[in-house]
Amino acid sequence: MRTCGATPGGPSLDGIDLTKQTVIQGVILKDGTDGSVPNGTAVTNGHVRLLDSTGEFTAEVPTNLDGQFRFFAAPGSWTLLVQAPGARVEESVLAEQGRPTDLIIHI
Amino acid sequence: MSRETSLVTADWVAQNLNNPKVVIVEVDEDTTLYAQGHIENAITFHWREDLQDGVIRDLISKEKFEALLSKSGISNDSTVVLYGGNNNWFATYAFWYFKVYGHADVRLLDGGRKRWELDARPFVTEVPGRAIAKYVAKERDNSIRAYRDEVIAAIGVKNIVDVRSPAEFSGELAAPAHLPQEGGQIKGHIPTAKNIPWSKAANEDGTFKSDVELKEIYQSAGVDLATDTIAYCRIGERSAFSWFVLHELLGVNNVKNYDGSWTEYGSLVGVPVALGA
Repeated sequence: MRTCGATPGGPSLDGIDLTKQTVIQGVILKDGTDGSVPNGTAVTNGHVRLLDSTGEFTAEVPTNLDGQFRFFAAPGSWTLLVQAPGARVEESVLAEQGRPTDLIIHI
Repeated sequence: MSRETSLVTADWVAQNLNNPKVVIVEVDEDTTLYAQGHIENAITFHWREDLQDGVIRDLISKEKFEALLSKSGISNDSTVVLYGGNNNWFATYAFWYFKVYGHADVRLLDGGRKRWELDARPFVTEVPGRAIAKYVAKERDNSIRAYRDEVIAAIGVKNIVDVRSPAEFSGELAAPAHLPQEGGQIKGHIPTAKNIPWSKAANEDGTFKSDVELKEIYQSAGVDLATDTIAYCRIGERSAFSWFVLHELLGVNNVKNYDGSWTEYGSLVGVPVALGA
């Protein structure tokens, strides 16, 4: 459950010093086009990989029970690679210190 | 020491879930995922709570290791199969740890939790009960473990391989990007170290690349494996992954894991440090 006042995609930012951390976060949702799951269902068995501007692996996390993920990165260009059973999606992001990058990614 | 003796596939694990000789252990820095679901009959070890001394910074003692394995129902003749999240980082650390204490038959599930999950194989929440065993460990094998003085002496002499991400190597980040940015007192890398990120050795699904591809990674980086090699990262788990590649998959004997890694080296007073790519 996301708490009141939380950001649109990722986990609550309570307790995180955003003046020091460069946060990239979000939520992975099923687009439901295959008809097997309702549109917008949280992907709880996904893996989100953070690649740097050269495509090199930087970090990877599994999605949580709400389909969410979070990285502490550095300012600049990054790529997110989302993997789940039968799905693989890439998305480019620009991260800034002080302002979290918060995403909703459909797969 | 070969792919055949050190690595098992998900199919192999699926066929051996109820093999009484096999003990499956999920190892991670956070056992929350184990509680949510794990491979049938797997037990779990927590990287810090079970495998770190907790008072001094070190592995647990031989006696504590024996007690941990005994209460977990692991015998000296058990086939221990390790796997975990985080691309098997902590599972390979545990593999190295089992080798330090001389366990005969320990194997790693290729691709770990991620490959199992991407295959949509089942997880269960039941925690298996295991009968207590009597485990006797060997004395620590320090031929696969490097300490800080040996690392300092190796600068410009032996191969030093920094397996962290390029951003950590250059000094841009202090820790992997899914963790708060803390670690050693300073950022950077050990002079003369070559940056060969652990991830070069893994396919996108977390499984290991072929032996031919693995050899090429080190050759193209100019690492002569005839010379002694020390691998390090931040806390010694990703370097255990690269140690596994060299020592177990490629059969290179003269490789050590520096488990003190950057959290130790980057906090030492007066040692040389390099910045940049």
